[in-house]
Amino acid sequence: MHIDWSALARVAAVSLGVTVAVVVVFTLGVLGLSRAADRRTGPATTLARAQAGLCFLACAVVVGYGIYLIVPRLH
Amino acid sequence: MDHITLLVAVVIVTALAFDFTNGFHDTANAMATSIATGALRPRIAVLISGVLNIAGAFLSTEVARTISGGIVDDALVTPAMIFAGLVGAILWNLATWLAGLPSSSSHALFGGLIGAVWVGAGSKGVHFEQVVGKVLLPAVVSPVVAGVAACAATYLAYLLSARAREDRVTKGFRIGQIASASLVSLAHGTNDAQKTMGVITLTLISAGALGHDAGPPVWVIGSAGLAIGLGTYLGGWRIIRTMGKGLTEIQSPQGFAAETASTAVILTSAHLGFALSTTQVASGSILGAGLGRRLAEVRWGVAGRMALAWLITLPFAALVGGLAASVVKHGGNIGTVVVALVALALALGVVVISRRNPVHADNVNDDHEVTLRSQTPTGIGSAV
Repeated sequence: MHIDWSALARVAAVSLGVTVAVVVVFTLGVLGLSRAADRRTGPATTLARAQAGLCFLACAVVVGYGIYLIVPRLH
Repeated sequence: MDHITLLVAVVIVTALAFDFTNGFHDTANAMATSIATGALRPRIAVLISGVLNIAGAFLSTEVARTISGGIVDDALVTPAMIFAGLVGAILWNLATWLAGLPSSSSHALFGGLIGAVWVGAGSKGVHFEQVVGKVLLPAVVSPVVAGVAACAATYLAYLLSARAREDRVTKGFRIGQIASASLVSLAHGTNDAQKTMGVITLTLISAGALGHDAGPPVWVIGSAGLAIGLGTYLGGWRIIRTMGKGLTEIQSPQGFAAETASTAVILTSAHLGFALSTTQVASGSILGAGLGRRLAEVRWGVAGRMALAWLITLPFAALVGGLAASVVKHGGNIGTVVVALVALALALGVVVISRRNPVHADNVNDDHEVTLRSQTPTGIGSAV
């Protein structure tokens, strides 16, 4: 009986890596928004907003890649 | 359409019925945590999920040329066996839905087919080593991988956001959940609607209505997508309650982590050619998310009952499928009609029993248990 252990290990490693990365980046985005809401003005607010924007953009890219994987016509 | 005999017509209707049960059985996979955390209102959630399931059915053109991915010998399969296998799968799906247990629709279909082929064509028709490699092993590995990923991600999300204001964190993750849950729905639509299309297409090919290597006609894609979408929209509220409330109390960061883990596991394994159960992956993710938040309570009794349901899904669906196959084999057309009528009667029975303690959009989050007997006598009156 042939079991493709290396493919199985790859599924495990990629899934773990992607999940942790997306959730951590999204959390940083939420933290950025929260910090921006704490202080109304100043450079710190702009920085926090930029952090949030970048993080959500990164998540959106991952979602886009997910849709690309789902739809075979795009490959 | 001279080739469409009574049996082929019955198989097509049965396949669509299975697709429908598949839809309402699996709504919970994508939407249970979003409904539980309040990220989406229950009716909106099932509507989004249903529409994305239909969209998913049309998006993917990768045809399931073999119904089972080599688990049974497709050359030996007849429409009668497919019919018997589908009956086994449908009845098992309805029974587990009644109990509010998220069992795997894919395992029910595989089990039903294995049983029917075993009885119809003998044990040589079933490739047991494929069953182990393609069904059993991923069934053990995938929920564990999803659980570990969701657990680690949840732990980090709470660690990082510990100092931020809780209401803002909750709100942020709720919005994220809408995207993550939608992606699970879309992936589910492309996978599961394909299975039914494969079954119908294979039946049409074996009856001579379609040429070999033909893809599914547009009406097959449309009706399969519609059946699964409609099932999803009607919502398996009993299973949504078990997955959203029964396993653990879910908060929005956990829901987001769980759905992200489910999507990651489903997409990576589909990419590498592993057939796996969306249901089991989603359950593993939710359990992992429950463990990742410190002090979160995990109801191990519920988890244990679910694991037991997973273990017996394949053999029980195989038993029903085998039984139906033997009736069809010996009874011919009359046997087919008898099996169809008995299955219909049993299905109606399940629906009637479920009415005693209905779970619907308005009460899905009220409790964490699905029982067969109503606890509040007033509930019976409002159910009718």
